[in-house]
Amino acid sequence: MPELTTEDDRAGADDASRLAREVGPPVPPSPRDKPFLVRFYGSAVGKKSVMALTGIMLLGFVLVHMIGNLKIYLGASHLNEYGEWLRMIGEPALPRTVFLWLLRIGLIGAFAFHIHSAYSLTRMNQRARPVKYQSHREYVAANFASRTMRWTGIIVGLFIIFHLADLTWGFANPDFVRGSVYANAIHSFSRVPVAIIYIVANIALGIHIFHGSWSMFQSLGLNNPRFNIWRRYFAVGFAALITVGNVSMPLMVVTGVVK
Amino acid sequence: MHLKLRVWRQAGPTATGAFESYDMPEVSAEMSFLELIDELNEKLIEANKEPVAFDHDCREGICGSCSMMINGQAHGPSRGTATCQLFLRKFVDGSEITVEPWRAGAFPVIRDLSTDRTALDHIIESGGFISAPTGSAPDANLILVPKEVADAAMDAAACIGCGACVAACPNSAAQLFTAAKVAHLNLLPQGQPERWNRVQNMVDTMESYFGSCTNHGECEKACPKEISIDFIALLNKDYLKAQWKNRKLESQRG
Ligand code: FES
Repeated sequence: MPELTTEDDRAGADDASRLAREVGPPVPPSPRDKPFLVRFYGSAVGKKSVMALTGIMLLGFVLVHMIGNLKIYLGASHLNEYGEWLRMIGEPALPRTVFLWLLRIGLIGAFAFHIHSAYSLTRMNQRARPVKYQSHREYVAANFASRTMRWTGIIVGLFIIFHLADLTWGFANPDFVRGSVYANAIHSFSRVPVAIIYIVANIALGIHIFHGSWSMFQSLGLNNPRFNIWRRYFAVGFAALITVGNVSMPLMVVTGVVK
Repeated sequence: MHLKLRVWRQAGPTATGAFESYDMPEVSAEMSFLELIDELNEKLIEANKEPVAFDHDCREGICGSCSMMINGQAHGPSRGTATCQLFLRKFVDGSEITVEPWRAGAFPVIRDLSTDRTALDHIIESGGFISAPTGSAPDANLILVPKEVADAAMDAAACIGCGACVAACPNSAAQLFTAAKVAHLNLLPQGQPERWNRVQNMVDTMESYFGSCTNHGECEKACPKEISIDFIALLNKDYLKAQWKNRKLESQRG
């Protein structure tokens, strides 16, 4: 029988006692003195519901934006008229484009909060696992969409800047003429690389929506075993609708079906 | 059967660790995974080498001590079981199995596969007490609880606090653990007086140690008690409500 040693002489072996509750004493309950909304946004659960709420606003925008743009299939006059109508909403009670600007400001705010909370939660999650798994991780439930949210989000964010430069401000589009919505879109989409950018970005958007429009129910605590399956159906349906609708436009133009 | 093991060896919290390979040429398919490690340790002790440190206690899936990342999955490939309830017949003869400790900032490695999970206790502590009348024993069934509510609370209370949810979560979030612990009191009438403070304090404590939930759903699949992420939705809802309720309660203080 070989002699047994209880002493471990490997380097660093005696540090276990030093670890001695390095995780620290319990955290005292946070002081509740800050304004309620600040406190709420300060918590990760709060940030997730802000992500969900701003996500709902952005989903609404994406849907309306797509429906409006599908008028490209009805021809130039329909689409241009629609573009003009957008500037006119609220008239005569409101001056021209005021309502449109209110919508835009709301959207910019929603984007800002959506991105800021995503950024700070990502940082928090990176800090929460300083040493990664050293062997291959086998995921069971996490899908491609849920694990690539930050990348699809970044792709969509960069794309939106390009999209504005291309079809709103016009400096990424040499043939841009202010107000002629239809011609601008056709000119833009008939350039093959641009069409590819649009298609790829909208597929990324679809993937982002696939996880987001399911996840938002969880974040807001909207859960009922009787309806839970519908949350998935909703997410699949919404993501598919947006992807198909948005991808079809550059695809139809670049292949010459719509001229 | 013949199995090869790749086990994470780390001498202490600050030491650098590495995988070491061991050959287990003759093991029985009816062994549990912990027995496989026992067998390995016998061999190591006989060779006068340091045995693998790992956490274990009840060996019947009720204490939550055992904690291993087996082939990249918390508690290994079988669903609804802890490592102690995982049997070698789940593995292919001749295959190599990689074993790693839980990884999370709040779960520092003590040695080899053993991690310090005190942070989970801190979440429980911050939840505080429930007010219960002391004195003479109350009549049985004085407080009626609907069957469905009792069942749901029981499902939540099945949590054994092993930390597999944290280990499996890509974000190292302890949402499923906290959700289960909050829900099993918040659902019941006895838990109502402290309900809003409980959820607020437990979530705040949780967030000071762990990551945030982004609804991957990995935790639910790793959980040896198969606790549903429906409880996370409940936690989120209660936390949101607590913001309003606690504000109201505070304004009563005068
Ligand atoms: S040893 Fe107790 S749960 Fe596995």
